[in-house]
Amino acid sequence: MTTTSVDHPPPPAPPAEPASPRRGPGVGAGAGALNLLNGGFMLVWALITTLPLLWAIISSFKTNTEFLSDPWGLPETLRFDNFARAWSTANIGQYFVNSVIVVAISVPLTMLLGAMAAYVLARYDFPGNRVVYFGFVGGMIFPVFLALVPLFFVVRNLQNLPLLGEFLGLNSHLSLALVYVAFSMPFTVFFLTAFFRTQPTSIAEAAIMDGCSHFGLFFRVMLPMAKPGLISIGLFNVLGHWNQYILPVVLMNEPEKKVLAQGLAALAISQGYRGDWTALFAGLVIALLPVLIVYILFQKQVQAGLTAGVLK
Amino acid sequence: MSVIDVAPRAEARGAPRRPKPGPALQHGKVGFVLAFLAVPVVIYGLFVLSPYVQAIYISLTDWSGLTASQTFVGFDNYVRLFEDDQFWVALKNNVILMLVVPVVTLALGLFFASMINVGRRGKSGIEGVRGSKVYRVVYFFPLVLSMAVIGVLFKYVFAPTEAGGIFNGLLGLVGLDGLTQPWLGDPRFAFWCVVVVMIWAFVGFYVVLFSAAMQSIPKDIYEAALLDGSSRFTTFRHVTLPLVWDTVQVGWVYMAIQAMDGFALVHIMLGISGGPSRAGDVLGVALYRSAFNSYRFGYASAIGVVLLVLTLIISVLFMRAARRERVEL
Repeated sequence: MTTTSVDHPPPPAPPAEPASPRRGPGVGAGAGALNLLNGGFMLVWALITTLPLLWAIISSFKTNTEFLSDPWGLPETLRFDNFARAWSTANIGQYFVNSVIVVAISVPLTMLLGAMAAYVLARYDFPGNRVVYFGFVGGMIFPVFLALVPLFFVVRNLQNLPLLGEFLGLNSHLSLALVYVAFSMPFTVFFLTAFFRTQPTSIAEAAIMDGCSHFGLFFRVMLPMAKPGLISIGLFNVLGHWNQYILPVVLMNEPEKKVLAQGLAALAISQGYRGDWTALFAGLVIALLPVLIVYILFQKQVQAGLTAGVLK
Repeated sequence: MSVIDVAPRAEARGAPRRPKPGPALQHGKVGFVLAFLAVPVVIYGLFVLSPYVQAIYISLTDWSGLTASQTFVGFDNYVRLFEDDQFWVALKNNVILMLVVPVVTLALGLFFASMINVGRRGKSGIEGVRGSKVYRVVYFFPLVLSMAVIGVLFKYVFAPTEAGGIFNGLLGLVGLDGLTQPWLGDPRFAFWCVVVVMIWAFVGFYVVLFSAAMQSIPKDIYEAALLDGSSRFTTFRHVTLPLVWDTVQVGWVYMAIQAMDGFALVHIMLGISGGPSRAGDVLGVALYRSAFNSYRFGYASAIGVVLLVLTLIISVLFMRAARRERVEL
């Protein structure tokens, strides 16, 4: 079994043979011990992954004294007032709402604009098609950091625009959402272009012959057919935008405009190691529990969405 | 409704890779294409393309942002950058992130993924270890969290004992009191804590990624290896690894690019100056500091260009690696 050029019919893999009466080679006492050892490693990593999260969740229900004196114990009573302090005194509530506003604008807009551009680039021949496509996709290899300085000034100067200016500029949720949209374009367009290309031309022809306009074809036929792809990339963008850190740090510096991850981090940085730990942990739990719950409910889709970029 | 000849289009059905639109799709095409591309292109050009182009120019000026004047100074910023010791500290840390984090993360990911999929040799042949399904879900937890949230969490995990730091508490619990440290306050350990956290955050991603690749390997290859008396390690080395090698390579590039951005973790766990003695500095944090704390925009943009060059090097390495032969099943 040292060959690497295995010539084999493609899957489906045949079902495993029924248990053979005799033990195969390698399934002896030693193998049993190895099974146990490997299982042990798996368990240890599962603990390493979950214990910090569990610790944060348990700590968020303790008093500050309990937190210091008995880090592993359960709280005597569940201190929900930690959450109240985090939500209002520490402003986490405001940050949470800000995050919801930004993501509610940015994700639908990313999906719509990304799908429009990808669809046209995938299915229409016109001069410059390749230039526009590689213009979008090329953005994937540029580090965000290079753009930060000019981006700050581009966004700041938007406030001088007539009419729209007062809604844009620094510390505007709309601006931040538009910046998210722009930086999500490369991957969204790349992913959805591949998706739209696989759709059969015959359906497009048939729809047009039935009197469908190009717009109708897109919104009523192509977009619904691309639903699986839209869900994957949509989840990818929801998590990416919700978790974004560097862009809001640069573009949102007014305290009451901050988004959740940024606000929580600012709180941790300014508070340091002395202060109201349990309120901070309550804030942490407010930030991590919703995403974890969404993930547990939609594990398959989330895993597929987040790994899609590499697998393509 | 116009009658058009669809017969020549029929053969395109099988291979729709680049569909050539028939006459029906040509009608009113130009306006439609323009309408659909205009807004995405404007937003993308305004917030992504134009900043990148400007940044490269700004890196050649002495712009301090507060004045309107941008004097062209050639490569002065780069010369100053290469003479700055702090830049080399940050660059060294970025290289560590690019090399150490992917190697450890991918190795752990490969190990756990092979355990989950083919780790157990039981009565019914090769199967995953007990509880595989649960592990696949649990290992992925950190991936859905913001790096900022992870940074905050581990800032307190590694805190000194008197501030409730649970890592020190754990060391005490297993009798290793002697090893307790103010982890993030010591220049020798601070940056390595960031490395560990980054590995913690990404292993699950590779478990899921490699699991997907391993599931497409027919089980009977493993049955055959088992019957031939091949040991687990040999099976892994000569069956599993070659068959997922493609995914490993892509994964390495992805991880290296992800790891380049240590900004959130370093900023939150170690602070804006890069931790004790500034030993944990990375280029992203150095760039942010130069730009938004000292308003040296030209200098900051030069750091950005260095980051771009690093990314391009990784991408080129990747493309060369990707050209190698694949193992086809």
